[in-house]
Amino acid sequence: MEPINTHNGLVYPLPKKNVDTDQIIPKQFLKRIERSGFGQFLFYNWRFDDEGQPRQDFTLNEPKYKGASVLIAGDNFGCGSSREHAPWALLDYGFKVIIAPSFADIFYSNTTKNGILAIKLSEAQVDYLLKQAEKDSYILTIDLKNQIVYDNLEFKAGFDIPAYQKHMLLNGLDEIGITLTYADQIKQFEQTHN
Amino acid sequence: MKQPKTIIQKIWEKHTVVQETDKPDLLYIDLHLVHEVTSPQAFEGLRLAGRKVRQPDRTYATVDHNVPTINRPVIRDEVARKQMDTLRSNCAEFGIRLADIDHPDQGIVHVIGPQLGLTQPGKTIVCGDSHTSTHGAFGALAFGIGTSEVEHVLATQTLWQNKPKTLNVQIDGPLGPGVTAKDLILAIIGRFGVKFGTGYVIEYTGEAIRGLSMEERMTVCNMSIEAGARAGLISPDETTFEYLRGRRYAPDAAAFEEAVTEWKQLATDKGATYDHTVTLDATKIEPQVTWGTNPGMCLPISASVPDPALMEDPDEKSAAEQAIAYMGLEPNQQLTSIEIQHVFIGSCTNSRITDLRKAASVIRGRKVHPSVRALVVPGSFTVKMQAEQEGLDILFREAGFEWRDAGCSMCLAMNEDVVPAGERCASTSNRNFEGRQGSGARTHLASPEMAAAAAIEGRFVDVRQVMAPTV
Repeated sequence: MEPINTHNGLVYPLPKKNVDTDQIIPKQFLKRIERSGFGQFLFYNWRFDDEGQPRQDFTLNEPKYKGASVLIAGDNFGCGSSREHAPWALLDYGFKVIIAPSFADIFYSNTTKNGILAIKLSEAQVDYLLKQAEKDSYILTIDLKNQIVYDNLEFKAGFDIPAYQKHMLLNGLDEIGITLTYADQIKQFEQTHN
Repeated sequence: MKQPKTIIQKIWEKHTVVQETDKPDLLYIDLHLVHEVTSPQAFEGLRLAGRKVRQPDRTYATVDHNVPTINRPVIRDEVARKQMDTLRSNCAEFGIRLADIDHPDQGIVHVIGPQLGLTQPGKTIVCGDSHTSTHGAFGALAFGIGTSEVEHVLATQTLWQNKPKTLNVQIDGPLGPGVTAKDLILAIIGRFGVKFGTGYVIEYTGEAIRGLSMEERMTVCNMSIEAGARAGLISPDETTFEYLRGRRYAPDAAAFEEAVTEWKQLATDKGATYDHTVTLDATKIEPQVTWGTNPGMCLPISASVPDPALMEDPDEKSAAEQAIAYMGLEPNQQLTSIEIQHVFIGSCTNSRITDLRKAASVIRGRKVHPSVRALVVPGSFTVKMQAEQEGLDILFREAGFEWRDAGCSMCLAMNEDVVPAGERCASTSNRNFEGRQGSGARTHLASPEMAAAAAIEGRFVDVRQVMAPTV
C-alpha cells in the first residue's frame, strides 16, 4: 500500500450519521474478484438514478467537489457489513483521508489496511469542517507525523491515532510480511495450543 | 486468590501469541470460515506473494452469499458463477475443505459452522463477514474481518488485534410468551442504539439469556454488529454442551467429557468486572418491528411510526425524516397498519430449524395473503432436509410460501431474490439499510413468527393475537 505522510486536499462534506457500507458500495458490485475499479460504484444508489444518470440532488455530483480527496462525515461512519470493497471504492474514487466523530470497528481496520487515514475529531470540529466545505471550495492539510489537521485560515486540530496504525500508514507496510517475521513464535504457540 | 476474569479475558489470554508495547496483540485464530464474496482478492494476494495457507485444517469454506436458491444446477448470473468457480479453484489450490453448491453440508456459513460442531466454546473464530458474531453464542470469540485480514489469517493463522473493552448486556427476567430472541436483540438495539457496542465485545448475561436455546442465542449474538460490537458472546453452559454433543467436528466420547470440563472453566467468574454494563428488563419487551433504515429504528408492534416534528435533536430529526420518506410511511401511522408485499424467512439470523418450526406453527392451517409473495430459505441443506422430514415444506407450500435452497438470499439480495423498488418486505434478516434487499426496497425486520403472521394478514400484526392457543 502507498505510504501516507502529509496530505493536502479538497474536502467533500457528507453530513450524515450512520453511513453504512451498503451505501458506500451496494451489493451488486461485490461480485468482482479484483481489488481495483470500485470507485465508479462508490455511493452508487445516491449518486445515480435508475437509468444510471447522475442525481442532481447528491452533492458529490457537484462540479465544485470534483477531485475531492478528504471526506468529512457524520458519526459511526462505515457501519454494517465488513466488505472491504467499501474502502477500496473510496480509495479508488480518490479519497485518502476520512474524518468523522467515530467509525465502525471493522471499517476502521479496513481503511488502515488500505492506506486510508481515518481520523476521529469531535462532533463540534466535524460540524465546523462540514460547514466550511459546504460553503466553499475548502482545502485541508493532514500531517500524520505530527497528528494535526489544519486549513489555511484558522482551523487547527490535533488527533489521536494508535502508534501501530500510524507506523503502518507512514511506512506503507505489508502487515503479513511483518507478521511472518514472528513465524517461530507462531510455530511454538501451535505446539502447545489445541 | 485468583483475579476473577470475564470469558473475554480468558479467551484472549489463551490466544495471545505475541504481546509487545505500543502494538496490538498477535492473536491466534482457531477457525477461519471462508465464503465466495470476500475471499477472491485474499487468495490472489497469497498467490502474488508466493505464500501458502498456514493451516488449511483450520479453514473451512462454503458458498452462500450469491448462490441461487432455485433451479440450482443453473447459475444464470455469469459474474456470480465466476466468483463461485474462483472459490472452488482456490480451495483446490490451497487444500481447503469446501462445502460447494452441490455438497450436503452447504449453507450459510454461520449456520453450518455450529451445525457441524466446528464452532466450539473458547475458540477464536473469524470470517470475512460481519455476522461472524453469531458463533459467540457458544462462548467463542468470533468476529468479522475484512479481506486484507482474511489474507492475513490465511497466511499466518493470526491477527493483530487491540484488546477490546468489555460490555455486559444484562437481560433480567424471562421473555414473555410469544416474545422471541429476535425481539430481544431488536429491543436492545432500539433502546441503546446502533453504536453503543463500538470498541467493545459484548457478553450477554442474565436470566433471559440463560433461558434461551442455542439457536435463539445465535440470533442474539448474530446482531451484535448491528449494535456496533464486532463480537458478542454468551458464557457456555449445559445448553451449549448438549447442543454440541454428537456433532461431527465436536470432540467425541471421552474427549467430549474432557472438553466439557475445560469449557466449564470459560464462563465469566463471579466478581469479574466489565468496562461497561447496561441492563434491560425482558418482561417488558413486546414483539418488535423496525420502521426505519437502521436496526435501531425499531419499536414494539403496539407503537406508531415516530413523528419527527416532536424530535428535539436535529440529527435525530433529519435521520427520522429521511427514513420515513425512504420507507414511504407517515408519522404517527400505527405499525399494524403497514401493508407488506413480501415476506422473507431466512438469513444467518433466523433460518435454523427452530426458526422454521416457529414460523410454521403460526402458519399451520392458514394461507398467505393474496397480495403477498412469501419465501422460506432454509439456512443450510441440512436444515432443509430436516424440515422436509418433519413435513414443514408441505405446510409452507400449501400455505402459499415458496420453498427454496439454502443461501443468504434476500437478506442482501446478491442473487435473484430481490425486493422490487418501492415494495415492502417483512424480513427475518438483520439489516434494514436503504437498498439492502434491492434498490429502493423497503425492509422491516421482525422475528420469524411476526413475519409469518404478516404473510397471512398482508400487514403487521401482533403475533400473540393470531397464534393458535395449541399447536
